[in-house]
Amino acid sequence: MISVQAEPFDLSRELALLTDGRTDIGAIVTFTGRVRDLGEAFLKAMTLEHYPGMTERQLEEIENEAQTRWPLQASRIIHRYGRLEPGDDIVLVITCSAHRQAAFEAASFLMDWLKTKAPFWKVEETETGETWVEAKAEDDAAADKWGK
Amino acid sequence: MKLLYFAWMRQRIGTGEETLTKPDGMATVAELIAHLAARGPGYAAAFENPAVIKVAINQDYADFTSPIADGDEIAFFPPVTGG
Repeated sequence: MISVQAEPFDLSRELALLTDGRTDIGAIVTFTGRVRDLGEAFLKAMTLEHYPGMTERQLEEIENEAQTRWPLQASRIIHRYGRLEPGDDIVLVITCSAHRQAAFEAASFLMDWLKTKAPFWKVEETETGETWVEAKAEDDAAADKWGK
Repeated sequence: MKLLYFAWMRQRIGTGEETLTKPDGMATVAELIAHLAARGPGYAAAFENPAVIKVAINQDYADFTSPIADGDEIAFFPPVTGG
């Protein structure tokens, strides 16, 4: 299941929704991406813009692709948009499987694909103004290694 | 056609959405880009380096050789930076 939302998410609640009452899940991987300080420049906030409609379609496609590649019993993707501050959560990926390898790999695949396919754009707000975040070649390389 | 622009392309053009009646003879994304880039300095700045621009037709990734039709929703945007 996927969600694109401005609101924060609650990891323990999402986990409970996926796993409560189930005894077939042997491995759960959760990944949370957060806004962090930049180091070189003081980051006041980051605003995520997205393409409503296409974002949901892309996330559903990415999740379906993970479901066909790995034996997942459940998965969850939440991606936030809007203005976020350092320490705020941006993205949540949960993968559940019988064994750890599928859960680890599927979570990694989902994040690599999210980074390079999901139509979101980040603009960073620092003391010196606003800057659009540039895509990283290493993210493309990470997504490419999964093939298509 | 419904045209959408995101991120710095939206800022340079000055709008995120507009409609355009497909001119006769225009058949591909590349021809649409050439048409848009000639519309003014904001458009020229947005499309100055087509190599970095991504395009989606009806919410699916497409490329510059993809055919376009009058009812299409066509979005232009820089490389994505989510996650």
